[in-house]
Amino acid sequence: MIPAAFDYARPATVAEAVGTLDGAAEDEAKVLAGGQSLLPLLRLRLAFPSLVVDVGRIPELRGVREDGDSLVIGALTTHHDVIRDPLVRRHAGLLAAATATVADPAVRHRGTLGGSLAHADPAGDLPAVALALDAELVAEGPGGRRTVPAREFFVDYLQSALRPDELLVEVRIPKKDGWGFHYEKFSRTAQAWAVVGVAALVRREDGHIAESRIGLTNMGSTPLRASATEAALAGAPVDAVARAAESAADGTQPSADPSASPEYRAHLARVLTRRAVLAALG
Amino acid sequence: MTRISVKVDGTAYEDEVEPRLLLIHYLRDRLGLTGTPIGCDTSNCGACTVDLDGESVKSCSVLAVQADGSEVTTVQGLATNGSRHPLQKAFHEQHGLQCGYCTPGMIMAARDLLAENPDPTPDEVRHALEGNLCRCTGYQNIVRAVLAAARQDTPARVPAQEAAL
Amino acid sequence: MTDQITEPAGTGREVGRSRPRKEDARLVTGQTNWTDNISVTGLLYLAIVRSPMAHARIDRVDVSPALERPGVVAAFSGRDLAGGMGSLPCAWPVTEDIVLPDHPPIAVDEVRYAGDPVAVVVARDRYAAADALEAVEVDYTPLPPVLDLQAALAEGAPLVHADKGTNRCYDWPLATGESFDAVRERADVVLKRRYHQQRLIPNAMEPRAVVVTPLAASGEYTLYSATQIPHVLRIMLSMVTGVPEHKLRVVAPDVGGGFGSKLQVYGEEAIALAVARELGRPVKWTESRSEGFLATHHGRGVIQDIEVAATREGRLLGLKVDLLADMGAYLMLVTPGIPILGAFMYPAIYKMDAYEFNCTGVFTTRTPTDAYRGAGRPEATYAIERIMDELAAELGLDPVELRRRNWIRHEEFPYTSIAGLTYDSGDYEAATEKALALFGYDDLRSEQQKRNERGDTVRLGIGVSTYTEMCGLAPSRVLRDLRYAAGGWEAASIRMLPTGKVEVVTGTSPHGQGHVTCWSQIAADVLGVPFEDVEVVHGDTKAAPQGMDTYGSRSLVVGGAAVHHAARKVVEKARKVAAHLLEASEHDLEFTDGVFSVKGSPDARKTIQEIAFETFSSHDLPDGMEPTINAEHLVDPENFSYPHGTHLCAVEVDTETGRTLIRSYVCVDDVGRVVNPMIVEGQVHGGLAQGIAQALYEEAVYDDEGNLVSGTLADYLVPSAVDLPEFVTDRTETPATSNPLGAKGVGEAGTIASTPAVVGAIVDALRPLGVTDVRMPCTPQRVWEALRDARAQKGETS
Repeated sequence: MIPAAFDYARPATVAEAVGTLDGAAEDEAKVLAGGQSLLPLLRLRLAFPSLVVDVGRIPELRGVREDGDSLVIGALTTHHDVIRDPLVRRHAGLLAAATATVADPAVRHRGTLGGSLAHADPAGDLPAVALALDAELVAEGPGGRRTVPAREFFVDYLQSALRPDELLVEVRIPKKDGWGFHYEKFSRTAQAWAVVGVAALVRREDGHIAESRIGLTNMGSTPLRASATEAALAGAPVDAVARAAESAADGTQPSADPSASPEYRAHLARVLTRRAVLAALG
Repeated sequence: MTRISVKVDGTAYEDEVEPRLLLIHYLRDRLGLTGTPIGCDTSNCGACTVDLDGESVKSCSVLAVQADGSEVTTVQGLATNGSRHPLQKAFHEQHGLQCGYCTPGMIMAARDLLAENPDPTPDEVRHALEGNLCRCTGYQNIVRAVLAAARQDTPARVPAQEAAL
Repeated sequence: MTDQITEPAGTGREVGRSRPRKEDARLVTGQTNWTDNISVTGLLYLAIVRSPMAHARIDRVDVSPALERPGVVAAFSGRDLAGGMGSLPCAWPVTEDIVLPDHPPIAVDEVRYAGDPVAVVVARDRYAAADALEAVEVDYTPLPPVLDLQAALAEGAPLVHADKGTNRCYDWPLATGESFDAVRERADVVLKRRYHQQRLIPNAMEPRAVVVTPLAASGEYTLYSATQIPHVLRIMLSMVTGVPEHKLRVVAPDVGGGFGSKLQVYGEEAIALAVARELGRPVKWTESRSEGFLATHHGRGVIQDIEVAATREGRLLGLKVDLLADMGAYLMLVTPGIPILGAFMYPAIYKMDAYEFNCTGVFTTRTPTDAYRGAGRPEATYAIERIMDELAAELGLDPVELRRRNWIRHEEFPYTSIAGLTYDSGDYEAATEKALALFGYDDLRSEQQKRNERGDTVRLGIGVSTYTEMCGLAPSRVLRDLRYAAGGWEAASIRMLPTGKVEVVTGTSPHGQGHVTCWSQIAADVLGVPFEDVEVVHGDTKAAPQGMDTYGSRSLVVGGAAVHHAARKVVEKARKVAAHLLEASEHDLEFTDGVFSVKGSPDARKTIQEIAFETFSSHDLPDGMEPTINAEHLVDPENFSYPHGTHLCAVEVDTETGRTLIRSYVCVDDVGRVVNPMIVEGQVHGGLAQGIAQALYEEAVYDDEGNLVSGTLADYLVPSAVDLPEFVTDRTETPATSNPLGAKGVGEAGTIASTPAVVGAIVDALRPLGVTDVRMPCTPQRVWEALRDARAQKGETS
């Protein structure tokens, strides 16, 4: 199918992009990064922006750098580059591992970290990972930059905390050196969306679990943390994982679709959380 | 209308295009490069896979304006000096195609894999092709073809059953 | 016809050889000719407004706002075009009293499925056409959807076709042998099961497309379509649109897969022809994938009640089958006949005393169903193989042993099955023994036992499918008896060109099967000419005027046989010329490797290619001889052919998540003699993929309103390379006796055999946990639910 007509702007800088968005009224402008979520929506005519702002040629939005205890990833950094980036692999291995499960190689060449997060699809793999990593999302608008913690960024289904005149510019991730990690994705076919995904980070200390971070994919209208499980794991011995995982679905509100019922999703969340945490423990 | 300049299979083009024009339609309808087909509207099937500046992309999910200033290689631009690309030969020799509709995309996706991983395992080949659907072959001979192209010294396959019967 | 053979068929140098395909050179380099590639000066693009509702009255259609849109040339409602198009045809009214509703290519008064066309817009490019769709105004009054097959038959149910007074399309009964009630009386064991064949979306990789170029002055039209059936399409479109048949040329250019979905006469083909005639301009329509999900026919959609009666020793006494088959909203080309094809296959390879069958066709407000790879036979094979597993479990027998106790033994061929088919050849023992050995059946069974005893979380299951099917559609007299409107013959002709090259003209219409290569191999052998010297012409009613096209694993068995016979006629004609030129008696001539030579004087020789030139020049032909050695031959098969085989599948089922992984898959197929083993193997692979996809992944899901929920490839899960295993394939060979090639057909075997092997394996893995069925597709959730329900039931009973 074929997109409806739209105007097109290709700003060269973040400031120019923000200026362009600022001039456009709500719901009329869409930011185009890699386009791997937006283009199918345009083609199916599920989105009708009057203006598409292509930020794909803004070099300052691309790349990975260190900033003290944090890793700073430009919003436009592609999945392909995230997976292979040595800094990401060293300090945020969970992100590299989970990104490798996103879509397929051709889509990963175009799709971007920022685009995936800004799309705020709870079935996407990376929102739950950002949540588990306690990432901070940096948005730039007409009034300057602001930082939004991941747990405040995902507001509702396909809805982020970004304002219509804001651009997601970078993602700051606290380094998780020494943490074990695993992304357990459960999908019906290789290409399909995750029925449920579990992003687990675990820090061991003296043979027990010091602390954990567990993000859940597709267990509600936003990505969620398995807080009850995290609490149960804090300071617990390794053999407490199975029991702790039993509370992984507490407080979630998974949806129903042809792939899975809410009940089944809750069951999967418990099983996959146990497996993800055990895998993260190594 | 937006002005773009794109090099496709070694030829430079300049065109005025609507911003919404998909790269696949630019290739097929404007440039007449119909070797790359289109198979879906959700970027799942991969039939339209081309190389954009050295990386495989699904040309149904790229706007022509996004390819401005870029180089595109399609299945029609793979042969060099009249000689077919090793993948094109291998798909033929290993019976890696039946109807052939997915073949351009398969070849372009496999080419991308081999550029990064010249000696993949069968499992790596399968994962590299996970975004390209084929309805005819069950993929087995496609995997064989990619492996054969990777190790070009491998002799053309004679099925065990032919030898047996 | 086969008993006419008087000497060995060909050199045997080509047939049996894995020739890489002639078709590939263009396909791997992108020098293709898909219908959507076709571009002509002044081409206009069609786009179709479709019903967003499953069932509604059309109160008003106003296309005029679309005409205001830039680039729009014309727009038509159903009523605007109704005068120029009749009802779309159903060529298989399976019973005398079948309900045959009117099927306008564009709905006029009522829409009956989400996707039913209501208007067409015509624009200068495809973007303008897509935009104009939104401008067409349609008012609907919703009517109740009809979705449940059983409820649809109840008194007072809402009707899909109100004028017909019923949703019951037909009842088609068959009863042979003793009465089932009688054998049930004396049976030790009677089992009854219900199986669901979910709706499938065929998903040929090339979406459908049609291009029509008119020559207005002479009223001639060329229609290019992504179709499997250019010849049938020409006849039918002529009848639907009134364009005289001799003024209509139909071309199937490169066609990217079909699997039955392009065995159809589609509304869009008629619409394109009608619009081209109306406007006198060339037009093109290409469906998008998600549009095709609504507009291209679906497959399967059957509820199967199957009952089996047997002795304690496991001897089958009888079989009773009752089907409810979802026709969808209208009867398309062969919609009603699909389950009837299956009617003959439920008894499969087994001997029994009684067989009763009934199929009730039911209208629903969903996309029409029709042929999808296997067409009736996968459904039958699934049900019988699944219930054989149940019977084995009931009797405590190994499922292979139960089959062995019932199948037709090799020495019993030819054997007339209880359903009345005469199986001409086969060796179920040989295929099964070979498969069991390749699979390592005994080792897997002992591993399974150990794991069950340990109570492993991940269980091992083994599935068995010993299938047969009927191919080579079809003997015309049988088709008459089944009330199919056409015959089942196939045509071939061979043109010997002056330079000695050969053109084989075939009535089959390949779309991935490799006919060009295989027909070249057949002709090269019989004529004794190089493979490279043969070209194959197909898929164009002007160039290949006679044919019945490609479906039902018929092409090699019927069409390939026609090529063989035509080539033999060429040799016989050439023999007369050679005898004349060599001044010898025809009886003194030998023909070897393309050379006629006089017995005893080897220097006196002429090649058939030289004779082609001598015939062209015609300077010195036998008196009274027509100056040609070209020949044509039409084959009407005397019987179906019956491939068979044994498929074994091992699965690992995660009882926590419900996920199934195929650990190994072994199949040994007997498809008779093989022309090109590499192509046969490829056909098996692809067939397996589709059969496995039905077992595990694919389903057209509708909501309660009748909207297709699995409406894109993101929701309808076609498996990728990661989702399918590496297959182990092998063959046994008992030649078919009904054609000179000994071939049985292979296009559908893998699909027919594999679905029950996979589901049977899943159930086998879970049977110790109380599971006896998982509904297809066996999604992780369904497996998990089956386990949960089994646990609950155990809890109740204990």
